[in-house]
Amino acid sequence: MAKKDSTFGNMVITLSVVALVAAALLGGIYELTKEPIRLAELRKKNEAIEAVVPAFNNTPSEEFVKYGIDGDSLILYTVKMDDEQIGTAVETFTNNGFSGNFKLMVGFAPDGTIIDVAVIQHAETPGLGDKMEQDKSDFHVQFQGQHPEEFKLAVVKDKGDVDAITASTISSRAYCEAVQRAYDALVAVKGTTHNSN
Amino acid sequence: MEYILIIIAAVFVSNIVLNQFLGICPFIGVSSKVETAVGMTGAVTFVMVIATIVTYLIFKFILLPLELTYLRTITFILVIASLVQMVEIMLKKISPPLYQALGIFLPLITTNCAVLGVAVLAVQKDFNLLESVVFAIGNAIGFGLALITFSGIREQLDMANVPKQMKGVPIAFIVAGLLALAFMGFAGIA
Amino acid sequence: MSQWKNFSKGLLKENAVFVMFLGLCPTLGVTTSAVNGLGMGLATTFVLVMSNIVVSLIKSQIPDKVRIPAFIVIIATFVTVVEMVMKAYLPSLFDALGLFIPLIVVNCLVLGRAEAFASKNNLVTSLVDGLGMGVGFALALTALGAVREILGSGAIFGLSFLKGDGMLLFILPPGAFIALGYLIVLANKLKEKTA
Repeated sequence: MAKKDSTFGNMVITLSVVALVAAALLGGIYELTKEPIRLAELRKKNEAIEAVVPAFNNTPSEEFVKYGIDGDSLILYTVKMDDEQIGTAVETFTNNGFSGNFKLMVGFAPDGTIIDVAVIQHAETPGLGDKMEQDKSDFHVQFQGQHPEEFKLAVVKDKGDVDAITASTISSRAYCEAVQRAYDALVAVKGTTHNSN
Repeated sequence: MEYILIIIAAVFVSNIVLNQFLGICPFIGVSSKVETAVGMTGAVTFVMVIATIVTYLIFKFILLPLELTYLRTITFILVIASLVQMVEIMLKKISPPLYQALGIFLPLITTNCAVLGVAVLAVQKDFNLLESVVFAIGNAIGFGLALITFSGIREQLDMANVPKQMKGVPIAFIVAGLLALAFMGFAGIA
Repeated sequence: MSQWKNFSKGLLKENAVFVMFLGLCPTLGVTTSAVNGLGMGLATTFVLVMSNIVVSLIKSQIPDKVRIPAFIVIIATFVTVVEMVMKAYLPSLFDALGLFIPLIVVNCLVLGRAEAFASKNNLVTSLVDGLGMGVGFALALTALGAVREILGSGAIFGLSFLKGDGMLLFILPPGAFIALGYLIVLANKLKEKTA
């Protein structure tokens, strides 16, 4: 079959038709997938929160506070069981990881004690920095039950209380920085019931 | 200061070719001669920087406000394709010999994942316009660095005693791997 | 040529990755595991087949001078469809493949097939060609992903058989290049044997 002639009119018409059909198709798929996408992202967020706080039955993604700090913002999710606040999950970040930015979710009890820490997203080196993930090593365990007012959130090398991941001082340092940032946000936004004496 | 960091990261630490794996096709296809590598780098730099600026503006001022971000891929690639057309026409007029030397690789800049990749990354990393430009320039330099270094190595490799099965592309990849390994030494300086 | 030959040429003889060296960016970028390689391969196959179908259907309606932009819009549309569907129903694969999903649109394999084949052949032939090239691409990516996962993480398809770390080099950039280099040699040897 011979192709259409490349007259200006033909070219414009063809491209416009193709573009219009494409836009219509995409618009349709967008509407169809909008809700599932929203739900998928919600699920991801909830999974991160569930990893760091005890069982809860409210909807943290609807009860949160955004706190601007250091050029970005942290998100503090209120976690409740039967309408009683049992903790706060703080989505925090650092830009000083070995490969740049990574995000953590830190679970705090109402008195400011760390319940647990999970990694939301990172690009650290496999086999080294990526050991900060919960299922890759016990690095996060040393933070459980510690209170940032008593447990210095810095690696031992920097006169802190945290045992760094072997050969991953930079990642460990950045991790501590992110947790500290989360705590600072918690104190600033909610205060804690902790008595430091 | 921030800008220097962006450049160092783009050129060395997260080198677009050796670390991010973007721009591999021209990396393998154009790197057999240093001359063509230099010419390709120039063309790619031009397209990459302008494409990043235009796509950034379109994203921030049209797609985002109108909630049409799902049209990002289409609009970005159309911008890049048009820019490449323009570069072709310009090059034909300004420097026909270079136009001939680059041959098929000129239109192939459209499919250079590095150009689209950098445009998408700039928007993903939430840079402002100036930061995006610096980011694009940095990545273009990184691309050029990888390409020209590699073409120098390949010119030598062609004269080396390589097992028959590995001649050409396979040995090129293995050497590229070693180059990537060397670049990993830059990690952590940014 | 018979449709079987049409399909099978994409598997080895004209394999996109090992022989034609097309689509190398995602090949190196996402193959840190066999699952990721397979996922990317299938996503690309979908785009390839759909765009081949559409291009071969409307090829007589597209003026020659605008065929490349037209192909690009068609391909980009299907890539966006894949983006949205994956984000909705396979979010972890979407996160793993990241930047490389929109980059399917500049995969030289897809545009190359539209230009070199689908715009010159009928619907069935183009469809089969797309399928063959796509499956060949997916096989190559899965193979590379498997090699890198086995050597680098001591696992295959997520099931680990090694305690501790493997040869980490292979899940890092240098390992990608080196593993691919050797796989190309292997594919060449295979091609010679079955020629």
